[in-house]
Amino acid sequence: MFLKIVVLAKQVPDTRNVGKDAMKEDGTVNRAALPAIFNPDDMNALEQALRLKDQYPNVTVELLTMGPDRAAEIIREGLFRGADGGVLLSDRKFAGADTLATSYALAQAIRKMQPDMVLAGRQAIDGDTAQVGPQVAAKLNWPQVTYAQEIMGFKDDHIIIKRRLEQGVELVSSPLPLVITVHGSAAPCRPRHAQRLIKYKKAMVLPWSVGDVGGDEGKYGLTGSPTRVKKIENIVFQVKETKRLSASEEEITDLFRELIHQHTIG
Amino acid sequence: MHNIIVYCENEEGKIADVSLELLTKGRSLASQLGCKLDALLIGSKLKGMEEELYAYGVNSAFMADDLRLSPYRTLPHAAIAIGLFREEQPQIALFGATSIGRDLAPRISSALQSGLTADCTSLEIGAHNLLYQIRPAFGGNIIATIVNPDHRPQMATVREGVMKKEALPMPVAGKLTLLDPNKYLRDTDFVVSIIERHIEERTLNIKGAPIIVAGGYGVGSKEKFDLLFDLAKVLGAEVGATRAAVDAGFADPARQIGQTGVTVRPKLYIACGISGQIQHTAGMDQSALVISINTDPKAPINRIADYVIEGDLNEVIPKMIRAYKQNTR
Repeated sequence: MFLKIVVLAKQVPDTRNVGKDAMKEDGTVNRAALPAIFNPDDMNALEQALRLKDQYPNVTVELLTMGPDRAAEIIREGLFRGADGGVLLSDRKFAGADTLATSYALAQAIRKMQPDMVLAGRQAIDGDTAQVGPQVAAKLNWPQVTYAQEIMGFKDDHIIIKRRLEQGVELVSSPLPLVITVHGSAAPCRPRHAQRLIKYKKAMVLPWSVGDVGGDEGKYGLTGSPTRVKKIENIVFQVKETKRLSASEEEITDLFRELIHQHTIG
Repeated sequence: MHNIIVYCENEEGKIADVSLELLTKGRSLASQLGCKLDALLIGSKLKGMEEELYAYGVNSAFMADDLRLSPYRTLPHAAIAIGLFREEQPQIALFGATSIGRDLAPRISSALQSGLTADCTSLEIGAHNLLYQIRPAFGGNIIATIVNPDHRPQMATVREGVMKKEALPMPVAGKLTLLDPNKYLRDTDFVVSIIERHIEERTLNIKGAPIIVAGGYGVGSKEKFDLLFDLAKVLGAEVGATRAAVDAGFADPARQIGQTGVTVRPKLYIACGISGQIQHTAGMDQSALVISINTDPKAPINRIADYVIEGDLNEVIPKMIRAYKQNTR
């Protein structure tokens, strides 16, 4: 069996560590001012791909990412952990893309890479939209299986996938080609491999531009994005009249007496 | 034409709460815009379910009833919705931000080249009658208002519990349109098959709990969450958690409160070791009374709290349990 898997991975700002200079005046994210990490769910997706590579002969795993030059780190990170290669989409014309324009660019690159299967994290922590996977599938006109927790393997020419839903699990079967989005509850990614780290530390990643993937230029970047950010507000909490209490037994007891008296509790 | 349409999830003859909440919101948006409210129901054995839609103000119910359409699968549901949206040209289309809505809506938006905003916490009609789709973004550090100026429908997903669910005092006289599934479906829409399916009963009811004791990353460990369970048991409360606490493995994902979890409106919310990021407060800031227990006097949550107890929850919670027991005997 020959199987080529492309894993979509995104370099995301670590939204848990956001400083004051994180936003530009136009309301878009100043990515340069933020620590960048491998999107967590995409790590889970990479692991599922590498497991198929362990399990079956002739499986190749490549990463596909879109971003500025430094997003080449994503491809190298994949190489350290066992991937065979990857493509970085990087061009100013891709900038400002919403999920729809992003999925268009990724789908164009995927057509050129010609995989049998695309894996992606369910969602990225900078937007939490979970839209790009299904939108890529729609653009390719492939079926999709979202919320995957485990890729169980092949049965004849169908792949069996366990999905983790809000209120249960589902076991589904699909032919290839297929897009699968992997849930954060899936197995964590294996660590970096020491020898691969040395080997690929300085691996060059040649970016692909709009010219490399072709298509309709009007569908890329901000021009190709139907959604617009109308307004950005920094978080302002409504100030309530707050009573401050010490952690003393008396004050806590008084508070609870009041709550019981008001029938809030009891 | 140019109406608001809500995709209504259903299982075993029941319309999902999130869909009824969206119909309630859709009805008020429709009256502001002076348009009609439509609903799309896809599944099997749907006969009679239109009545519930009329009770929520649906003027036109579109129904695709076929054994192959239940349980939900992406491609057949997408094909019908895409086909219907092309015919009906809705100006707004709303979906629950559930594992179904979040699977289906992006597929449709891609096919129709229309914008989609995920997990909105508020929907308003703004200038030029555009739908203002409001959501926390970027790790909850900002609130973004998203619009789709030129593409229709304007699509949004909303989590369960974010909007209020309210039937009309009197149902409207709606119209039922039965769709012929075969008009929209092809054999290739059925290539993915469901081999097994286990849907668990909802055992946790955080959304309906009158009192919630919630913990954040500051609780420190899964073991320390036991303290919260102790307090919850005494008060007859449910235990909730922030995303950070869930991600750290301190609590079950079903307990997650906030933009990417459930939205709650209890009469009392006790926030333990919660810093108060907007993603979390978006899911609880309509609580009637908020008590914050935090060692950090400057934690943002304190600004929306009615009472702030500055201290270590390991000391404060046992004191609360004692105070409750002594005063309710």
